[in-house]
Amino acid sequence: MPLSPPTAVALPASPAFDGAVAVAGAVFVADPAGVIYWPEQGLLAVADLHFEKGSSFAERGVMLPPYDTAATLARLSVLIAHYAPRAVVALGDSFHDRRGPARLADTDRATLRGLQRGRDWIWITGNHDPEPAEGIGGRFTETLKVGALTFRHQPEENASAEIAGHLHPVARVSRHGRAVSRRCFACDGDRMVMPAFGAYAGGLNIRDRAFARVFQTLRFTAHMLGQQRVYPVAAENCQPD
Amino acid sequence: MSLAKKIEPAPLLPENSSRWFSSRGWTPRPHQLELLSRARDGRSVLLIAPTGGGKTLAGFLPTLVELSERGVKPRRMVSTGKELRRSEGLHTLYISPLKALAVDIARNLETPVREMGLPIRIETRTGDTPSSKRQRQRRDPPEILLTTPEQLALLLASADAPFLFGNLKRIVLDELHALVTSKRGDLLSLGLARLWRLAPGLAMTGLSATVAEPEDLCRYLVPQSEGARAFADLVVADGGAEPNVTMLPPGDYLPWSGHSARHAFPQIYELIKQHKMTLVFVNTRSQAEMIFHALWHINEDSLAIALHHGSLDVAQRRKVEDAMTAGKLRAVVCTSSLDLGVDWGDIDLVINVGAPKGASRLLQRIGRANHRLDEPSRGILIPANRFEVLECNAAIGAVADHAQDTPPLRIGALDVLAQHVLGSACGEPFFADDLYREVRTAAPYDQLARADFDSVIDFVATGGYALKAYERFAKIRQTKDGRWRVANPMVAQRYRMNIGTIVEADMLKVRLVRSRAGRSGHTGVIARGGRVLGEVEEHFIEMLVPGDTFVFAGEILKYEAMVENEVYVSRSASEDPKVPSYEGGKFPLSTYLAGRVRSLLAEPKNWPGLPEQVREWLRLQQWRSMVPGERDLLVETFPRADKFYLVCYPFEGRLAHQTLGMLLTRRLERARLKPLGFVANEYALAVWGLGDVTARIGRGGLSLEALFDQDMLGDDLEAWLAESALMKRTFRTCAIIAGLIERRFPGEEKSRRQVTISTDLVYDVLRKHQGDHVLLRAARADAAQGLLDIKRLGEMLSRIRGRIVHKSLDRVSPLAVPVMLEIGRETVYGEASESVMAEAAEDLIKEAMG
Repeated sequence: MPLSPPTAVALPASPAFDGAVAVAGAVFVADPAGVIYWPEQGLLAVADLHFEKGSSFAERGVMLPPYDTAATLARLSVLIAHYAPRAVVALGDSFHDRRGPARLADTDRATLRGLQRGRDWIWITGNHDPEPAEGIGGRFTETLKVGALTFRHQPEENASAEIAGHLHPVARVSRHGRAVSRRCFACDGDRMVMPAFGAYAGGLNIRDRAFARVFQTLRFTAHMLGQQRVYPVAAENCQPD
Repeated sequence: MSLAKKIEPAPLLPENSSRWFSSRGWTPRPHQLELLSRARDGRSVLLIAPTGGGKTLAGFLPTLVELSERGVKPRRMVSTGKELRRSEGLHTLYISPLKALAVDIARNLETPVREMGLPIRIETRTGDTPSSKRQRQRRDPPEILLTTPEQLALLLASADAPFLFGNLKRIVLDELHALVTSKRGDLLSLGLARLWRLAPGLAMTGLSATVAEPEDLCRYLVPQSEGARAFADLVVADGGAEPNVTMLPPGDYLPWSGHSARHAFPQIYELIKQHKMTLVFVNTRSQAEMIFHALWHINEDSLAIALHHGSLDVAQRRKVEDAMTAGKLRAVVCTSSLDLGVDWGDIDLVINVGAPKGASRLLQRIGRANHRLDEPSRGILIPANRFEVLECNAAIGAVADHAQDTPPLRIGALDVLAQHVLGSACGEPFFADDLYREVRTAAPYDQLARADFDSVIDFVATGGYALKAYERFAKIRQTKDGRWRVANPMVAQRYRMNIGTIVEADMLKVRLVRSRAGRSGHTGVIARGGRVLGEVEEHFIEMLVPGDTFVFAGEILKYEAMVENEVYVSRSASEDPKVPSYEGGKFPLSTYLAGRVRSLLAEPKNWPGLPEQVREWLRLQQWRSMVPGERDLLVETFPRADKFYLVCYPFEGRLAHQTLGMLLTRRLERARLKPLGFVANEYALAVWGLGDVTARIGRGGLSLEALFDQDMLGDDLEAWLAESALMKRTFRTCAIIAGLIERRFPGEEKSRRQVTISTDLVYDVLRKHQGDHVLLRAARADAAQGLLDIKRLGEMLSRIRGRIVHKSLDRVSPLAVPVMLEIGRETVYGEASESVMAEAAEDLIKEAMG
């Protein structure tokens, strides 16, 4: 699916900006909130929003607080206001289950519609939300190609120039007997796995075998999400669980 | 009070019972007869007696007498239309905190029952009882059932409850002092409230060790009603011989800090050699491991010395207990895992290594020696450092004064109430008004506000959220007539699988495997097999890096990997393990004992009882700085290397000090004194930073009164709680007990690592969107007394108002040395998470540029 041609976009002045990360030659801003922004294309990508995870659990009798969608949308709104992207790509698992879009509260639906106004909004389908849904705006696709890069939900074996989500990467480092675990971007310069953005989305340690299918060796970097900046740490210096 | 009445044994005991006593050459003890007499009058009684006082028999004697007088009732089975069941339910219910104790008591009761020729069935019901027997017990219950609070809750949450308990005559609660101090006590109290309604004529018998406030337990035992407080009768048995407690005189060397008591190991070994059977109590599991390991190192006579603590595999613990009872052991190194329970054989010495922490706890431990009333129990205290000498000295004084410092009765927790409400709906539909009235008869809940009760109902039904999004998923619903009932049978099934208030800190099984040759970069399944040694807390393992060594189950082990829920370890050849600081049994110093230590310290005329090294240390402190007054807070400030230190001595226990440390650093940060870290022990707190605190105080730029003002428990506390890992752990416990997050699902057991939702994330979202949610309120109430000890901190801050004494020093004072030595051992505060990541990132830069 093609994007409409880019207009001239200036890099927004961001206090958080110091996380320039290159993927297959394209330079992105890796925001400590867990999204990437591609200035050249005016494109903001976010992975694994898992909207309505709370109500999905509630259906099964586990009454998680029903505020996760609103919380996730609020954090996303701040970033969209800040970068003012021309296009937003949600990298799949945007809803926790197929019935999620139908359970969306009216207020959250209105917030989402507001975010979509005036920009291209692309829902990439994921394993939790494999089919296009009604009432949530945007366009649906399995993969999105922009220039040499491919955006998709689940990293593919032997892929190149790919930006994906699905794995919910988390890195763990320890110093002075104190360990810190944080969501992170996992990136080897050719491929990137984005952190999950949803308020209730869990994580998987980047030293887990699942990442071996994306990065054959440990020669990749975990860009850990800090309060104000991202911290690049070599994967081999990160600890397994 | 109660024993003043003249006791006439003859009419109280029926023939067969008194024959039994005389056949054994025994006479019934006065308190046993007293309980019989109270039972005749239908009274509820709290019996306080030392271990070995025939307490259990006293509790059961009234039941045995009643049943024998009633005569043999033929077992009649009647049809309910659906099934055959016995014409009558239980006669007596016995509840113990330990299932092993219930099983043991049942065995011990068999003997007198058989020998008195009573046609009575005595059975246990624990988590280990086979389901066929459970089914049968529901239809054909025994006269006497021995069980645990959790099993009682399960029985009450069934439709059989009115039949089983309708004719119940007596409940015996054993080790009541231990039951009431936890959420299990809350759960039990709610169960009792239900039983009081099902069987109105019920008599209660509580059995307890000596406590500070027996009235609290007397209240717990009987239904409370609005307006007047109700109490059970109190019977206090003769205390027996005074215990003989001494402190081991320190040798040439007495450490400044640490808790290992390494210097005393040879003496401990000698004491074991000189006695038949010694219990060596320590405060943490890691200490137990270390001492056990060290004793075997010097065990030239190959004495049978064993290890017992709560992390060890259950089968392993049972083996040790059996060997003790059989008299096959010379010593057991143990933690509070042996504080309670059955008679462990013929113990003639109890050694307590390290701080006694509390007077009552110490007395109970020492009472483990010589379970015969006429001989004194013998206990030896071994302080591991200088401050512990003061604490041991204060504890010996407290024992001599018969002082008790058991905690006051709890205020019933809302998360436990939520569990009970769901359980009630699983039993039979209820009206909210009725349940509210019933719940308030339980002493811990007698002040429960209707609004809180209603919000708990709302929580159980649909989560209790301001958004009414979950109505259609409700777990309990109101019928047309207004009764609450479970929405579907699945809800009841899940309730039963998740019952209980004991939430294990995420425990991981430790499995012994062979060391792996090479290490691949990614984790995942490696060769399985090997035996399970026990369990450790997840957060302990989180500190370890593969290759680290630690002592566990008496061996030095190397951490290999984490595989699903198991920690793989191999035997290590290392001589010098990285000793684990895994928690378990870290009780704070009791407020009472802390007060005694403060007054001992403040009065030099009390010092002659102390060892010379300690007196010398205190005299030096007098000379270099000062010895803190009994009610004062001494604050010392001094420079050291290129940093500035503030050390204070609140004596309120490590937990309260840690919370204080967190809050003080926030304030010092705001005052731009650039705090870098803090460290706390049981007695003191040290904070350090780059700003010159002394100079700032001197210029009047910082007021200590303001720094230590109680208002820190307002906004600063709230801000810190938002991100505190301890608070998140507390919340998780509440969420699990209240049933928000389930530990087990039908057909599978899930541990937290597999549960797909993190309670930390739920906590963050809930706190931001509904800060007054009932679960957050429950978690805050826990934090006040639990891991954060905020209540005690608050009391301390109010005690020291206007009583802060500041000493500006040019170097560290003698009194400050112990806490300063803890620096580097304890994790420190700070924007630590960020700096850990920043340092890790630095490494990458160095690597790239170097």
